[in-house]
This record gives sequence, structure tokens and C-alpha cells, in this order.
Amino acid sequence: MSAPSSYRNWPILLVLSLVSLPLMIMCLYSVIDAFTDTGPGTLLPARVTLEHFRFLWEPVAEGRGSIWTATANTFIFAATSALVVTMVSLTAGYALSRLNFPARGFFLAGLIVLHAFPTITLIIAIFLILQMLGLYDTLIGVIVVKTALELPLGIWIMKGFYDTVPWEIEMAGVQDGASRAAVWWHLVLPQVQPGLMALILFSFLSGWSEYILPQVLAPGSEAQVLSTYLNSLILDDTKADFNLFKAVGLFYAAPVVVIYLFFQKHLMNIYGGGTKG
Amino acid sequence: MQLDLIDFTKRFGNTTVIENMSLSVHSGEMIALLGPSGCGKSTTLFAICGIHRIDEGRLLFGGTDVAHLPSQSRNVGVVFQNYALYPHMTVAENIAFPLKVQKMNRIDREKLVRKYAALVHIEALLERRPAQLSGGQQQRVALARALVRQPDFLLLDEPLANLDAKLRLEMRSEIRRLQQETGLTAILVTHDQVEAMSMCDRIALMNGGRIVQYDTPTAMYAAPEDQFVAGFLGNPPISFLSGKGLGLAAPGVTQYGIRPEAFGPQFGEGVSGRITFVETQGREDLFDVQLPTGEILRSIQPAGSGITPGTTVDWGLAHDQLLRFDQDGTRL
Ligand SMILES: Nc1ncnc2c1ncn2[C@@H]1O[C@H](COP(=O)(O)OP(=O)(O)O)[C@@H](O)[C@H]1O
Ligand SMILES: [Mg+2]
Repeated sequence: MSAPSSYRNWPILLVLSLVSLPLMIMCLYSVIDAFTDTGPGTLLPARVTLEHFRFLWEPVAEGRGSIWTATANTFIFAATSALVVTMVSLTAGYALSRLNFPARGFFLAGLIVLHAFPTITLIIAIFLILQMLGLYDTLIGVIVVKTALELPLGIWIMKGFYDTVPWEIEMAGVQDGASRAAVWWHLVLPQVQPGLMALILFSFLSGWSEYILPQVLAPGSEAQVLSTYLNSLILDDTKADFNLFKAVGLFYAAPVVVIYLFFQKHLMNIYGGGTKG
Repeated sequence: MQLDLIDFTKRFGNTTVIENMSLSVHSGEMIALLGPSGCGKSTTLFAICGIHRIDEGRLLFGGTDVAHLPSQSRNVGVVFQNYALYPHMTVAENIAFPLKVQKMNRIDREKLVRKYAALVHIEALLERRPAQLSGGQQQRVALARALVRQPDFLLLDEPLANLDAKLRLEMRSEIRRLQQETGLTAILVTHDQVEAMSMCDRIALMNGGRIVQYDTPTAMYAAPEDQFVAGFLGNPPISFLSGKGLGLAAPGVTQYGIRPEAFGPQFGEGVSGRITFVETQGREDLFDVQLPTGEILRSIQPAGSGITPGTTVDWGLAHDQLLRFDQDGTRL
């Protein structure tokens, strides 16, 4: 990122900085406001305080769930859907890349269509189905829906990674006496491991930031996740506490930032489409 | 172990790639499947090792029909054209993989890995990964991995095609040495006639999905069954001429095949023409001689004759080495 050579591109850097300035200022003020009190009508903070983080140890209002329940829900939601998406994509992507099964072309075309499909138009139908199944307003219900909607992209990405593995490697494995399953596990999976890492992170982040699905399909406080918790903070208060809102927002965004910082390289893989690096 | 392929037919969809092919390889023999690109050599090889299903016909390993057995239970070692080493494993792990699959214990495994690494001279490279090896070294690893499980047959698909000229020469004798030391029955697929002639006991020359001739290199060179075989073997290649320019005629003969070593001043005189091209090969010179009919005859001579293009020569033919073909291209 910060290789010396990139300083030579300073005109580009300058333009990019200017364009992203509003965004940076917003981020900056999120942080500042979360830790300070600012008098009305001024920009400069008046005093530093941790008071806005009181949500961490007490409910913010009567009858409102704890942030920790929402955090646990968000984690379960994101982790479970990421896990299922990754596991199904690992196997389905392999099948689509390597196995000659009936209607393979149909599945491939279906994947692309589904991926490009504006899923939000399905929300009424999904709502009805969940209600019929008794999964409306449950965490399981949202997890199932989220997983199903994430799958096409996941399968497509994994298929791309499998396509780059030379088939001779598999044939050599079979010749060496290993079963197809053992070949997949010992010889092919290690080759697509960058894709696996990228996909699991990607779908975890996608689940972590999901808002619409929990909002519509699990609006009760039982299955509340952080995004809907955050939303409820400004929705039904007569006077909104923006500093609290920003503090919760920071709390909500922190894991994402950490994941990006640590796994940046892995996440970039998903855009490389499995090119060897 | 003896290998017999009987009436083998292979189709991909509606196209028949190989039809009713039969091939027998004796125990301890190394044969070449030789032929132009696309004639079905790899397909045959992959059918023998089980990657391709055999549509019709039988495949016998030591007399037992294995046509319906999966690859895993055929005990055949294969070296692929691009070596197909496992990139995430070290050389030692690559060679040990077939043994690991057999659940052999670690001590025996390491012993065998060392033994076969020594056999192909890569003891010093065991901890490296394939990406850190040269082409020749990767080839040796692939050989060791194919040999370590002590297969009944060794199959090699164009093993030398990806190597540079010098390494190719080295690996040529290396593969032959390994085959002879282990006494394995081996099949080498190649499109290079020099490789086939120099490495193998017998050559099965293929064309368009069938074997046109199956013989020892010497016999095939001296007595090709048809014009295709005569033209495929020999470097520099044979010249085909109608008898007119040579002053030859015989009932039924439409083409004469003359190898470059069967035409020259050492055989007297009788065929005169003009030198149009001289190629110096170091030890020998190759001459293109244009006859009055316009046909070209090649001759190979010891270097240093000093003959230059434009010179008119009158050289003779080695009549006992003449090959005669009828209008179907069959040798008479
Ligand atoms: N999987 C396949 N599907 C369809 N056609 C194939 C397949 N593999 C090989 N062929 C065809 O079979 C013929 C023989 O191929 P191959 O055995 O690879 O030739 P080569 O002698 O060069 O090794 C070629 O015409 C090729 O196009
Ligand atoms: Mg081939």
C-alpha cells in the first residue's frame, strides 16, 4: 500500500484525498463524538467522557435489550451463515468446476442469474414462507435466508478458484491410489485455500453488516442484531442521543476494522479470482 | 508383467477416437506409442491407467482383465507431461504421498522415499517445494513418485516435451536406466521419433487412432510397412519420388523412397542433378539435389566435401536400400 513508488503518484493521491475528505471527516467525528460532549451549535468538543459507552454495562433504556445479547446474536448470525456458505460453496463449487452431472449448465446459468437478482424484491415472499414455517422473528430464520442469498456468489467464487487447479494434479492423486474424496481433501483444498479464507471473511463481514433481513424478518428484541439495535436507538426515542448512537456505531464497526487490518491480504484474493500470487 | 490391450475402442461423444486397437507389451519391455499430435496416444495411455473408461475391448494385466477396475486398484505409475507435482508439498511429501494413501507407517515410508530419491538422484532436494526445482528436477521427482509404490507398469506421457534440448538428452538415458534397473514394463508416449527409437525396445507407430506398425526400431526403419511409417521415421527425412527421374520402373510401383544415406557418390553414378541447398550439421553435410524432373533428393555425406550450391553432381543409389510403394502407399 505505502510503497515508496506510490508517492510519485501524488496528483492521484491528492485527488483521491479530496474526494474522500467528507467521508474521513464523518469517520473522525464519529470517533470524537463518541468520547466527548459537545455543546449545541459548536464544532469543538467541550469535555472528554466515557459516559456514552454506558451501554456496555447497563441497558440504555427501560425494556431495551442488552447490547451483549445483540452482539452475541450478530456474531452467531454472521459466523453461522459464513460457515454454512463456505462449506456449501466448497463442495458445490467443486462439483460445478469438475464433475459432469446432469443440468450442470442450468445450475451455472442459475448461479449468475441469482447473483445478479435484486434479492430485496423477494422479501415479501420470504416473509410469508418464514411465517408459514414458524421461523419468523427467529435468529435461525434470518440465518437460513441470509445463507441462501449469499450462496450464489460464494459458489461462483469457489468455482473460479477450483478452475485454476490443474486437473492433472487430481489425476495424479487418483493414480497414486487416493479416492476422489481424499484427493479433494489432501490435494485440491490446499490449492484453493486462499479462496476459502477470503470467502469465510467476506461472508462473515457481509453477515455482520446485514441490516435489511433482520429488520424485516426478525424485528422483535429476542433476535435483535447490532444493526437493528442501532436503528432502534434513534427510532423510538423522542430525543435522539447522537453521542450514544455514535458510540454504539463505533462498537459495531470495530470488529470490521480489525478484520480488515489483519486479513486485508486474504480479502483481496477474492477480487483476484484465484490468480496465483 | 505382461500387458494386453485387445480390440480397444474409445469414443468421446459421437466421435470415435480409437477403434479396435490391440497392443501387447511383454514383461520388462519398454515400448513407445509414437505418432503425430492428436492420433490418440494420450487417450490410449489414460485408458490403460484408468483415467478414461474403456468403451469396448479388454485390458489384461498379467492375464487378468482390469478394464472395469478403477485407477486406484490398477497399480500403475504415471508421469504426466507437466509432472503434476503437488505444489503445497515438499519433494519428500510428494514422493511419500502414494505410500501415505496406503497407510504405510512413517519409518517404512521414509526409508522408501530415501531409496527412490537416491535412485533418481534428488537426495539433496527432499525439503524443497516443486516451485523451487528446475524442470529436470521436477521430472525426477515425478519419476520417483511414480516408482515408489512399486507399480506393475510405468506410463510416461510426453515426459521430455517440456525440457530443453540438453536436459532432454540427459533424461532420455536416465529414464531408460531407471526402467532397466527396476525391470519395469513401461509405455512411453511421444511424438518424437528420435526419443522413441533411442529409448524403447519396440515402437507402436500410431496414426489416426490405430497402430500402423508395431516393431523394433531397427526393423521399422529398415522395413516400414507403408509410406507413412517410412516418412515418420528418420531424420533427416526420407525423399519420395516417382521412378521417372531416377530412371527406375517396375510394375505396380508408383513411389520410391530413398533415405539420405542411400544416395551419394559412394554408390557410384547414375542419378545426376544440381545441388540447391547445403546444410552443415558439423559432422555431416546434408545436400538437397534437384533432379531434371524438378524432384528433390536428399543426401547425407561426411562433412568437408566442399561442394557448394549450384554444383552439378552425378551420384549413385544404394539399390538394396530402396523402398518401393504402390499407389495405396503400401510397401512392396
Ligand atoms: N476429453 C476429450 N473429449 C473429446 N475429445 C477428446 C478428448 N480427449 C482427446 N480428444 C480427442 O481425441 C483425439 C486424440 O487425442 P490425444 O489422445 O490427446 O492425442 P495425442 O496423440 O496427441 O496424445 C484428438 O482428436 C482429441 O481432440
Ligand atoms: Mg498427448
